[in-house]
Amino acid sequence: MAGKVTFCQDRCKGCELCVSVCPKGIIVIDQEVTNRKGYHPAAVKEMDKCIACASCAKICPDSIITVERL
Amino acid sequence: MAIVYQKSKGLTDKELHYCPGCTHGIVHKLVAETLEELGIIGTTIGVAPVGCSVFAYDYFSCDMHGAAHGRAPAVATGIKRVSPPGTTVFTYQGDGDLAAIGTAEIVQAAMRGEKITVIFINNAIYGMTGGQMAPTTLIGQKTTTSPLGRTKEHAGMPIKMCELLSTLDGCVYAERVCVTDIPNLNKAKKAIRKAFELQQQNAGLTFVEVLAACPTNWGKPPIKAVEWLKENMIPYYPLGVYKDSAEVK
Repeated sequence: MAGKVTFCQDRCKGCELCVSVCPKGIIVIDQEVTNRKGYHPAAVKEMDKCIACASCAKICPDSIITVERL
Repeated sequence: MAIVYQKSKGLTDKELHYCPGCTHGIVHKLVAETLEELGIIGTTIGVAPVGCSVFAYDYFSCDMHGAAHGRAPAVATGIKRVSPPGTTVFTYQGDGDLAAIGTAEIVQAAMRGEKITVIFINNAIYGMTGGQMAPTTLIGQKTTTSPLGRTKEHAGMPIKMCELLSTLDGCVYAERVCVTDIPNLNKAKKAIRKAFELQQQNAGLTFVEVLAACPTNWGKPPIKAVEWLKENMIPYYPLGVYKDSAEVK
């Protein structure tokens, strides 16, 4: 695992911009979760494929994503 | 573990009220990151407009000031002229604010060459008031006040602020960017940084226009809105540097 992405899911509005820019295509909108705003938040299902490029975090309008390199 | 990216210190912890996929949040953080990188959060005063970004004063961690609709460049002029040397002043305005009711203020501020930075968000529509036609609305674009689409005969051609301001000597830097993807986002950040650096050299008014998406009032999901922006707005509002008459020292 090269990278670790953390979402503050309570603040996610499910806009999917992070999904659209992830070069590895590992970000999904988690339909099983509904946050306190009423949105399905973004999540990474296969964290081991993350390359810590931070594209998702850079485009997130609500700045809810933190990216770490392991 | 090393942190590669986290929320900028230039932003407060307040949750943004913007709709899902609204580009305001992206531009907010580009400005905030720039202030943080230049180490000027403590010496910067921003001026918030009227419009969707009216609450910008809650979101930036630098000092902020509100302004009457469209009058942000006039308020910024006053702030800049009475503040201690080295104070950075910027306005953050939408198209309904800057290109409609505030056209006189921005043109006059640029003419005078005020040493301020103007961040102009162009989403081709009035957002906060419910999706009315703006001066920047494209020909054929449907809004609540142009339900059949804007026509040239009725409303003229959309105003191009970068081109307009670049004809004025006092405006030393004008660039149009967008934040639709990571390469464009990086270019936008570079432009914003340059605008602030030139202000620090007292070069004159610096202007960055950001093409932005308004998914809610365009009636499109965020991803489709970004595609619409690329297909329709960029051909009419070409990206690039329109004025660059001062060098960053």
